Amino acid sequence: MKQLLILSGKGGTGKTTVASAFIKLSNAKAFADCDVDAPNLHLITSLASEPRKKKFYGLNKAKIDASRCVGCDACRSHCRFNAISVQQHYVVDEYACEGCGVCEFVCPQKAISMIEMVDGELMLYHDEEKVFSTAQLAMGSGTSGMLVTEVKKQLKEVDVDGELTIIDGSPGIGCPVIASLSGVDMVLIVAEPSISGISDMERIIKTAEKFSIKIAICINKYDTNNDNTEKIDVMCKEKQWPIVGKIPFDPQAVSAINQGKTIVDVECPAKEALIDVYNKTLTMLYGKQMEEIKK
Amino acid sequence: MKIGVLSGKGGTGKTLVSVNLAAASKRARYIDCDVEEPNGHLFFKPSNVVEEKVTLKIPVVDHTLCDGCRQCVSFCKFNALAYIKNNVIVFDDVCHSCGGCTLVCPRKAISEKDKTIGTIQKGISKEVDVWTGILNTGEASGTAIIHQLLEDVPSDELTIIDCPPGSACVVMESIKDVDYCILVAEPTIFGVSNLAMVHELVTLFNKPFGVVLNKCVDGETVAEDYCLKHNIRVLCRIPFEKKLGTINSNADIAAYHQEYNDLFTTLLDTVIKEVHHETTINS
Repeated sequence: MKQLLILSGKGGTGKTTVASAFIKLSNAKAFADCDVDAPNLHLITSLASEPRKKKFYGLNKAKIDASRCVGCDACRSHCRFNAISVQQHYVVDEYACEGCGVCEFVCPQKAISMIEMVDGELMLYHDEEKVFSTAQLAMGSGTSGMLVTEVKKQLKEVDVDGELTIIDGSPGIGCPVIASLSGVDMVLIVAEPSISGISDMERIIKTAEKFSIKIAICINKYDTNNDNTEKIDVMCKEKQWPIVGKIPFDPQAVSAINQGKTIVDVECPAKEALIDVYNKTLTMLYGKQMEEIKK
Repeated sequence: MKIGVLSGKGGTGKTLVSVNLAAASKRARYIDCDVEEPNGHLFFKPSNVVEEKVTLKIPVVDHTLCDGCRQCVSFCKFNALAYIKNNVIVFDDVCHSCGGCTLVCPRKAISEKDKTIGTIQKGISKEVDVWTGILNTGEASGTAIIHQLLEDVPSDELTIIDCPPGSACVVMESIKDVDYCILVAEPTIFGVSNLAMVHELVTLFNKPFGVVLNKCVDGETVAEDYCLKHNIRVLCRIPFEKKLGTINSNADIAAYHQEYNDLFTTLLDTVIKEVHHETTINS
């Protein structure tokens, strides 16, 4: 089974819109939402069954027992994350604490212990033939990369018979993105024709290239700024980044999403363009095997 | 006065709002905390840019002193150290720079070196100070850059903080010391779902806030309905217009255009009044 990850660098370019359309077009048996910070894929692709819910424990957090603390300041002065402050007692800011355990180690009074913390929730939907893995990170948590890894691990718990796994990624280039990149066969980057979008696209491509993963680019809402679309065209040609298609801005796409539908559920110009992007992406992903799959 | 601009969902218009608020004010400081994908500088094109590096401490093992006790390996909660073929190996990329390994090593075989993870650029564009944090590609976390960016921000003048998307640790770090939060939302079910998250975040941290509705089109009212239902102050509605879209996608500053200047000046006035109002009731 091949894994296709959808990323963008910049937020709001249309990752989830493209991912949901691909899931529908390919009738994907396995899919996941790795944007654990702001998951949305479940709003349009969730399966009818109730999900299995599981608490996600990230790293433990330090807790200071005030009755044992003598105020020596060793914990505060050793903490690299400024997570310990003195109020009436020494207290740990659980959002700043990264769970390294240094304070527990340096405390001469053994007043500090590391406590398990719920850092989010994992959801796994599955029916007879499909599996969908998603999660929601807890507010302010610093363990998004770990949770992304759990989302992908969870996907493998259910055996499904399919050729393609589609993964919706998160914006940015940091830990959740890096965690989502591991083990995928190809990344489809959804770009948009704005100066910001172009800068962000370059940064996500550089990130993907560091992990030697095959990439392709589609330009969404390409007709909202034709000059910038041309800039992307020129840049991609120069750097030999393959463009697999361009999707027009389509007001019907917004109303489809707001009704909980994918773009390919409604007849509109964006649908036609997306089908083309889909076919080209799969050809790249499978190479020669494509013909065999079609048979 | 420090104002954080956040959204949960990416691409709703955080940078549009932040850049134009700073530009609409005669004198302001704009700080881009979206260090993974910073874009504000593309609009401001600041000059006289001074760059500083942001570094983290990474362990270095002196193999002549190491006797293979592996206490460092078992201490590291991030699995950044491993003992392979009679050597301690450091995986820089997963190291959180807590310094724990240097402390636990009984033979003092571990010291630290600086590793650059990104940069901070400070420049000026007209009357706006433009500060940008930039994470190097391939690096996992920009929290240290945000921390350094916001470390010594004087509270004298208007400071607009452009936050990363989401509601994770980097957003928390960005809004830690702000006086007011602007939540930017778009009228889609995705926008509303993510607005609900940041709404929860600012409520949890007890920050006064208001909502800017962006890309408003007739008939799509989900975001507006959410605000109405939760009794949230809507600070302004930015229409979905081709012209504004083009200006913005060309990294041009709308507030410098006659026809959009009013929109952002009015928003700025509204926000400043809200902040003063909050300060009065809380003092």
